[in-house]
Amino acid sequence: MPKKKITKSVYLKWYEDMLFWRKFEDKAAALYIQQKIRGFLHLYNGQEAVLAGSLLAMEKGDKMITAYRNHVQPIGMGVDPKKIMAELMGKVTGTSEGNGGSMHMFSKEHHFYGGHGIVGGQIPLGAGLAFADKYAGRKNVTLCYMGDGAVRQGSFHETMNLAMLWNLPVVFVIENNGYAMGTSVARTANHTDIWKLGLGYEMPCAPVDGMDPVKVYDAMYEAIDRARNEGGPTLLEVRTYRYKGHSMSDAQHYRTKDEVAEYQKKDPITIVLDVIKDKKYASKKEIEEIDDRVKELVNECVEFGEESDFPDASNIYAHVYKQEDYPFIKNH
Amino acid sequence: MSRVIQFREAVAEAMSEEMRRDENIYLMGEEVAEYNGAYKASKGMLDEFGPKRVIDTPIAELGFAGVGVGSAMNGLRPIIEFMTFNFSLVAIDQIINNAAKMYQMSGGQFNIPITFRGPTASAGQLGATHSQAFENWYANTPGLKVVVPSTPYDVKGLLKSAIRDDDPVLVMESEQMYGDKGEVPEEEYTLEIGKANIRREGKDVTIVSFGKIIKEALKAAEELEKEDISCEVIDLRTVRPIDYDTIIQSVKKTNRMVFLEEAWPLGSIATEVSFVVQREAFDFLDAPIRRLTTTDTPMAYAPTLVDAFLPNAKQVIDAVKGVMYIS
Ligand SMILES: Cc1ncc(C[n+]2csc(CCOP(=O)(O)OP(=O)(O)O)c2C)c(N)n1
Ligand SMILES: [Mg+2]
Repeated sequence: MPKKKITKSVYLKWYEDMLFWRKFEDKAAALYIQQKIRGFLHLYNGQEAVLAGSLLAMEKGDKMITAYRNHVQPIGMGVDPKKIMAELMGKVTGTSEGNGGSMHMFSKEHHFYGGHGIVGGQIPLGAGLAFADKYAGRKNVTLCYMGDGAVRQGSFHETMNLAMLWNLPVVFVIENNGYAMGTSVARTANHTDIWKLGLGYEMPCAPVDGMDPVKVYDAMYEAIDRARNEGGPTLLEVRTYRYKGHSMSDAQHYRTKDEVAEYQKKDPITIVLDVIKDKKYASKKEIEEIDDRVKELVNECVEFGEESDFPDASNIYAHVYKQEDYPFIKNH
Repeated sequence: MSRVIQFREAVAEAMSEEMRRDENIYLMGEEVAEYNGAYKASKGMLDEFGPKRVIDTPIAELGFAGVGVGSAMNGLRPIIEFMTFNFSLVAIDQIINNAAKMYQMSGGQFNIPITFRGPTASAGQLGATHSQAFENWYANTPGLKVVVPSTPYDVKGLLKSAIRDDDPVLVMESEQMYGDKGEVPEEEYTLEIGKANIRREGKDVTIVSFGKIIKEALKAAEELEKEDISCEVIDLRTVRPIDYDTIIQSVKKTNRMVFLEEAWPLGSIATEVSFVVQREAFDFLDAPIRRLTTTDTPMAYAPTLVDAFLPNAKQVIDAVKGVMYIS
């Protein structure tokens, strides 16, 4: 596919999508405080441009896999956001029927392969998805996302090597949001240029500005194009920022409010909206209409979640084995 | 003199006291230093001991668990914290193949005085990968010792013993216990690894348990007391080695046993203890032993599924009545 022009309609879609993701996450945070969502809740606020730029570069049948900061990616891939909200609330109408919860979103139909809670656990899986596409002769590419903290796992380094050895159609995307929980990147290695980890494997690698969806698109386009044309994997370090705490119980003593504010000045949604206004891609009224649509859809999601039922207790035995009559040990 | 402190404070006190005694002890793990511990169980320790001895790591469990074992081969006494034992799985090779076997493989040249600690088992709605109890997995491995304290008093005494132990010891705590309060003496004390504790004396039924879930057994015993059923509740405290004597003596007195454990049933600690009890006290048993575990499934996220997964006081009450043939 030739490289796309970033047209008016792209900007308008980016604006609406990213705004929706942001508001969806804000609402999830509010529901968490009301204890309607439990456990961990890792929000994507601030990182939206990474997803927006990536999606534009993907083609039908391309795959995505990521870690536990994973509520809005499946929405971007086409999953009904109501089902994501329901999953967050542990309802049987959710993407995993209430089994997975916040960290474990999946959609086979939309090529979203999770939602993984063990840091680094998804990295070899991403290579495996690509392995299968190559094996079957499909011209698809897998986008495998991870945090800056995840690159310190052995699974990352083993997978870099395997992906190069077997020339797999996969793009490894490190979303460097500055921190792994309370640990800054600078405190996890002797240098902070994470993208350079590709050099030892001779994997094409580069840093990318992750606050601007145009720059993300450019880098992703090149990497995906290379992978699709049998040029093998790429490692991108996309530099972004998370506005919220790691999960919901994080006092954030490891950073200053000023630092967060500094990044919020480069907010991807604002960047995109500024272009829309500058270039007069939409009138004030049209922008308000988008904002209203977003608000309404978020409300619909909450309503759907609230009205849905929790799974029945007997569902605990569902989906553990594909075998239908597996003989579970019942208590004695 | 004793005072009431939190479980997490007891953990920090145990580590700090031992580190004051011995320069060779250090604490290493994710967020243990600047963040004061993901669950604040090492609060204040960076301030007291400095970054040489209280060490933040990247998310590299395999690496730092192995660094711990290697440093123990070369004279140090590491305390390695796993943010939770769910994440010890990426490091399990270092624990099972290296820490547990080095002493024998080297013909007695290298013992490994290391402590691996952190929370185990479920902690609310965290889903399948973050809700696992591996006490029986580790207890299965010769060369390791496995301690599962259930009170602030116990964790302090047992953790100190673990740190002083010349063999690898796992101390398995719980996110849901760190806020628990209990009496802990001001004076120094240690508790022997491998000794069970009778938490409540009774004559009708022996309930054996360990770790956080024992609270359900204690709740059940209290309820049953109201119906004139007297339960003896034994806290194993250590699941390798297991204090079989205390259990068998109790069963010889009560003639009935119920085991409560937060773990999958197949190959659980309950299974092992039940075998030994039937072997050693067969003639004393007036009813088949009952075992309460989690369901034979991963733990799922929804609250209804969490409730379905975990054993609870009501099930204990029913099981106790079951072994007493009271309907
Ligand atoms: C193997 C493993 N170790 C530790 C954890 C606990 N943990 C969850 S998220 C996290 C930080 C990860 O940071 P990063 O990879 O930068 O991703 P981000 O949260 O910033 O998106 C840690 C330590 C885990 N889930 N898995
Ligand atoms: Mg990060």
